[in-house]
Amino acid sequence: MPLLSVESQLPWLAELAGAPLPNRREEAWRFTDLAPLKALEPTVLPVVDPLAGVPLPKGVSRLDLEEWAPLLDASLVATGSESAWPVGLNRAADPQVLALRVSGEAGPLELAWDAGSAKGLAALRVLLVLEPGSSLDVLQVVSSSGENCTSLITEVVLAENARLNLGVLALGHPMASLLAHVAVKQEPGSVLSCTTATAGWGLVRLEPRVMQSAGSAQTRLRGLQLVDGQQLADTHSFMSFGGPAGELDQVHKVVANGSGRSVFNGAVKVPQAAQQTNASQLSRSLLLSDRARVDTKPELEIVADDVKCAHGATVSQLQSNELFYLQSRGIGADQAARLLLRGYCDEVLRELPAMASAWHPLARLLGDGA
Amino acid sequence: MIRSDAPVLLEISDLCARVEDQPILKGVNLTIRAGEIHAVMGRNGSGKSTLSKVLAGHPAYTVTAGSVLYRGENLLELAPEQRARTGLFLGFQYPVEIPGVNNLEFLRVATNARRTEQGSDELDTFAFEDLVRERLGVVQMDPAFLERGLNEGFSGGEKKRNEILQMALLEPLVAILDETDSGLDIDALRIVAGGVNQLAGPDNATLLVTHYQRLLDLITPDYVHVMAAGRILRTGGKDLALELERDGYDWVDQELARLGAEPAEVG
Repeated sequence: MPLLSVESQLPWLAELAGAPLPNRREEAWRFTDLAPLKALEPTVLPVVDPLAGVPLPKGVSRLDLEEWAPLLDASLVATGSESAWPVGLNRAADPQVLALRVSGEAGPLELAWDAGSAKGLAALRVLLVLEPGSSLDVLQVVSSSGENCTSLITEVVLAENARLNLGVLALGHPMASLLAHVAVKQEPGSVLSCTTATAGWGLVRLEPRVMQSAGSAQTRLRGLQLVDGQQLADTHSFMSFGGPAGELDQVHKVVANGSGRSVFNGAVKVPQAAQQTNASQLSRSLLLSDRARVDTKPELEIVADDVKCAHGATVSQLQSNELFYLQSRGIGADQAARLLLRGYCDEVLRELPAMASAWHPLARLLGDGA
Repeated sequence: MIRSDAPVLLEISDLCARVEDQPILKGVNLTIRAGEIHAVMGRNGSGKSTLSKVLAGHPAYTVTAGSVLYRGENLLELAPEQRARTGLFLGFQYPVEIPGVNNLEFLRVATNARRTEQGSDELDTFAFEDLVRERLGVVQMDPAFLERGLNEGFSGGEKKRNEILQMALLEPLVAILDETDSGLDIDALRIVAGGVNQLAGPDNATLLVTHYQRLLDLITPDYVHVMAAGRILRTGGKDLALELERDGYDWVDQELARLGAEPAEVG
């Protein structure tokens, strides 16, 4: 557990990462105030291997160092994020790499980490290598109840015709931060479904990044982020097609309450080689308070000419016609609003891998025992 | 069924209402007694849909004059949910699709809100499932629709069946059905009309808002009212609907010109 000087000029995290914290003059961090990180206790927290003492599910085995070392960083490089600041920070904290090989019809696999109320930085790193034709459901559950920062990097390599249903359920605390990268490299014929849901964190920076290395793969991204109080949640997603006939179906949803702040930036790259790409991105935000703020931006870079790329963004309050319909059936205004909110969230949450239901995500995210 | 000694359920007097700055209802008078089936007919823009929404308490409409008594009490001071709990039901012309809100759960919450108001026990999930399966028969609806999001991806006919299913569960005293026939093919129309007929009884009343005679071939009204320019222009028996079908609404313009009224713009 390295302890570093607090008296240095740079904040501790910058010193650890070997680079100053991103600042808001950088486009990718324009709306994201990293102040909560500056107050972090200068300690790297020990992290328990979530699979220690647990029998691995069918089709899942650990990779040896010689096996995983050459594969590490491949997905980060493919998605252009190997030099991103949160990645550098994670690397510097030198976490143990949980490297797993997936063969055949495997799983399901659950990986849960709880930073608890310990003060400091907890770094986690996961590498999933899915062999050709294999399939797996993985649920990652990240939680915290105190002044700490969880840095999570999940790298995935999906070989030809592999299928992965990846869920990230992140339940935080107003004093806690989460910096998470999910970097996926997809080979042709592979299918990725990635669903993320975050709530309660003082600061979240979530970066799902996917590269279809030769196109001809399917990517389904679902995101839900809830902010309340003074919380900030920022999702920067990135999708790139390295070849023709790839598909993207992306929906990102936001619920902004209190003085919460939500940022969504959805980058989609369709270069000349990616003809017949079919991509759609929808960003939907519910603004439930006049003090909350939502920034949402599609960032489409389309060079190929024979493609279908749709995008849309809506920011609204609860729909008055929906509220009236429920009220006209005897359901009080408050309960009607709650039902609509639950329905809105559940559209994303029901796409989490099946074992997520044991965590009661709807009730935990909305914090109302719903 | 007309019984002059039946209790008055709904008494609308000189009702005027506007949406934004646009007056729509300009003095509607209508009395509905238990056991009666009324049909309000009229062209688009006559105000007939507005009347049904005002009665249900839609927030976009403001009542500017007149009164509505429901079982002798002021309906207009009740919130929409309170109107529903005490037995007023509006079948929507365009039922709202709400993905993510489970249809069965919605039906249970609504039914329990009504039951609580009536002093009955709330039904738990099991008891409610028994009830809903029995009532599905009223509209010959496939139970698979219970597991879907509320009206999510339902066809026009399925949405209207879901409306009548709600009516069957809520057992309203006054059911207002706004253009329930619109967008239905003849089979769906028969099923929906059959449901309404099954649910009509001596203690409740039905107000059908419709454009066409065809619904009234299947549900026989005791009274037919013709609305135009935000008021009821003429009232008659079921023959009036047949007359309208034969002669159209052209006489309405002459009548309005005689009265010196402007046609309303919005329905």
